[in-house]
Amino acid sequence: MAAMPRNDLLLFLGFTLVVLAMPIWLQPFGAAYPDLLQRFMIFGIFAVGFNILFGLTGYLSFGHAAFFGVGSYAAVWSFKLLSLDVIPALIFAIVVSGVFALVIGFISLRRSGIYFSILTLAFAQMSYNMAYSVLTPITNGETGLQLTLSDPRYLDRAIFEAVPGQPVPTLLGQSLGGFAGFYFCAGFLIIAFFIAQRITGSPFGMMLKGIKTNQTRMHYTGFNTKPYTLAAFVISGMYAGLAGALLAVTDPLAGAERMQWTASGEVVLMTILGGAGTLVGPVIGAWLIKYFENIFSAINDSILRRFFDFLPDGVDSAMVTVASKFVGEGWFLTLGLVFVIIVIFLPGGIMEGVRRIAHLFNRAPKAPGKANPQPQPAE
Amino acid sequence: MFDVIFLQFLNGLDKGAAYALIALGLTLVFGTLGVVNFAHGALFMLGAFCAVMFRQFLTMETITIDPEKLSPWGSPLEIREPLVQAWFGDFGAVLVNYSVPASIIITIPIMLIVGIALERGIIKHFYKRPHAEQILVTFGLAIVAQELIKAFFGPNPIPQPMPTDLRGAADIGAWLGMQAGVITYPIWRLVYFLFSAAIIGAVFAFLQFTTFGMVVRAGMADRETVGLLGINIDRRFTIMFGLAAVVAGMAGVMYTPLLPPNYHIGMDFLVLSFVVVVVGGMGSLPGAVAAGFLLGILQSFASMTQVKDLIPGIDQIIIYLVAVVILLVRPRGLFGRRGVMEA
Repeated sequence: MAAMPRNDLLLFLGFTLVVLAMPIWLQPFGAAYPDLLQRFMIFGIFAVGFNILFGLTGYLSFGHAAFFGVGSYAAVWSFKLLSLDVIPALIFAIVVSGVFALVIGFISLRRSGIYFSILTLAFAQMSYNMAYSVLTPITNGETGLQLTLSDPRYLDRAIFEAVPGQPVPTLLGQSLGGFAGFYFCAGFLIIAFFIAQRITGSPFGMMLKGIKTNQTRMHYTGFNTKPYTLAAFVISGMYAGLAGALLAVTDPLAGAERMQWTASGEVVLMTILGGAGTLVGPVIGAWLIKYFENIFSAINDSILRRFFDFLPDGVDSAMVTVASKFVGEGWFLTLGLVFVIIVIFLPGGIMEGVRRIAHLFNRAPKAPGKANPQPQPAE
Repeated sequence: MFDVIFLQFLNGLDKGAAYALIALGLTLVFGTLGVVNFAHGALFMLGAFCAVMFRQFLTMETITIDPEKLSPWGSPLEIREPLVQAWFGDFGAVLVNYSVPASIIITIPIMLIVGIALERGIIKHFYKRPHAEQILVTFGLAIVAQELIKAFFGPNPIPQPMPTDLRGAADIGAWLGMQAGVITYPIWRLVYFLFSAAIIGAVFAFLQFTTFGMVVRAGMADRETVGLLGINIDRRFTIMFGLAAVVAGMAGVMYTPLLPPNYHIGMDFLVLSFVVVVVGGMGSLPGAVAAGFLLGILQSFASMTQVKDLIPGIDQIIIYLVAVVILLVRPRGLFGRRGVMEA
């Protein structure tokens, strides 16, 4: 393995530290419990993978949840058929979602720009509809696929005696409840981040960025861009599959709603909010969205009433009425508004905001030209 | 055999009409402003909820307690009287009965204002930005619109009754001189089809035979030249956005008796309408209409039991399948022009 540039190494080490120390530094925010932390990790992986496609090549896929869902289903099937151990499940999920991404990517990548977005959206909706109807024997329809005591689990039964009790996914016999599950997922997030970092810095990543900036010119230079975009698509599909499988590990119940277009939209939101094309941006976006989803959905009227208590009588009830539209059930309204505002004013996401602020503080006497013009996505 | 095919053909018409109307609006916006509007489904939904709102407004009642009589179980008897009936008498009753078509009167100005406000307020700033950002901002707007409606009208579908005169089925077979009772078709679906045919005809006539439409068409072909001729093409395009919103809104209003509207009805239709636009050819108005009807009818044929026995689940995926095949065989879509959204 080639030596990493010093900055990359620092970034990677810093990222690893932040992730591993999450149970500690998230304590004051009330988010340091395993269930939420696992979600942070899983959607972090999902967003990092999505960013490899969207951030690097500029191809906006609106159907990535399909790979996420396929990963979940594949993992649960592995639990059912092979073994309760998570390692075969993850491998199986990554392979299946990779093949799935290869097929869909091969067709969708024949077009670019808006056509590509619509094609991926169409494929995802098709998978979603099929998971609900024809493929019910595989997906168990609306009920969702779940583990039962009577699953065959050929590998497990061949090696061990049947384990009594409710089937739960394990890692080499260790159960993955609580913080063990978190560190398991965290390990994968760190590996995923590392791979993404290496891809971004590699000649392959350079090629992808070239495709984003100007695909036509890449053609003229004599590059066949298709294998590169397809590779990026498959890699990000495998990331999504891994994330889906990890979600199935923490909660072995796969449902078709994970494949719906809203789920695809969510990962787009995460990436944009954090900053598409940056390494840490998508992860931060995923954490923020999951964190606020958790906080905002939990707020109800009585909490709001306590919060607005200091206001005079009529005003506080009015404030509660207004604010209650934005919390609890109305969390998506807040999300949508934030998203619109981000896209309008800060299309580079949080990372661009950070960069702008940093720029304000150490403004060099150089000409104040625009530091980083937004590259046009492939069209 | 012929009557079975004819019946399925008819069944496809109303859904096809809805797809065609939404796709027409999408194409209008794309052809004029060059913006891919993911919020178009939300406009369809807003139109549907104009009908809901109008009916709720019409059926506001005064509740008085009858001083003399008691209800059978002893509690005071309530007399409910819709305000409209109190004010307008029989005309009010007719209005309540025909609330769905009547709500078009309020839908047109509302959608026009919403459309123009949307264009002037937000979308205007996105002409020069990449398509991906246009998709993202309109997608965000769609979420906002959807969630606002959910906050005010709740998550459940709200059924809208069709006018009593237009319930039941029409015996189309008998009209065409076939055996009576073989081919019957719900009247409202026929109304919906005729309505959308009229709207589509009106839009095409407007573009083809008025000076305004001529200027817009010229602007679609070459915006810069038209601007250089001293025509305020931006304002005309803004009005076209409003018009597209009105078309989507009216499509939504008239669809309410067929499918009770809920807050995500727009997105359900939007995904399909995008597929319709892509199949028809991006930026081609006749293509959008033709593909809308084509896919609607194909979907109807695919949901026949005979076909479903042959290929299970085909009714769920036929539209996407057709889209994939068309895009691979004719990448520009059925009627696509050269140079529109090419990579």
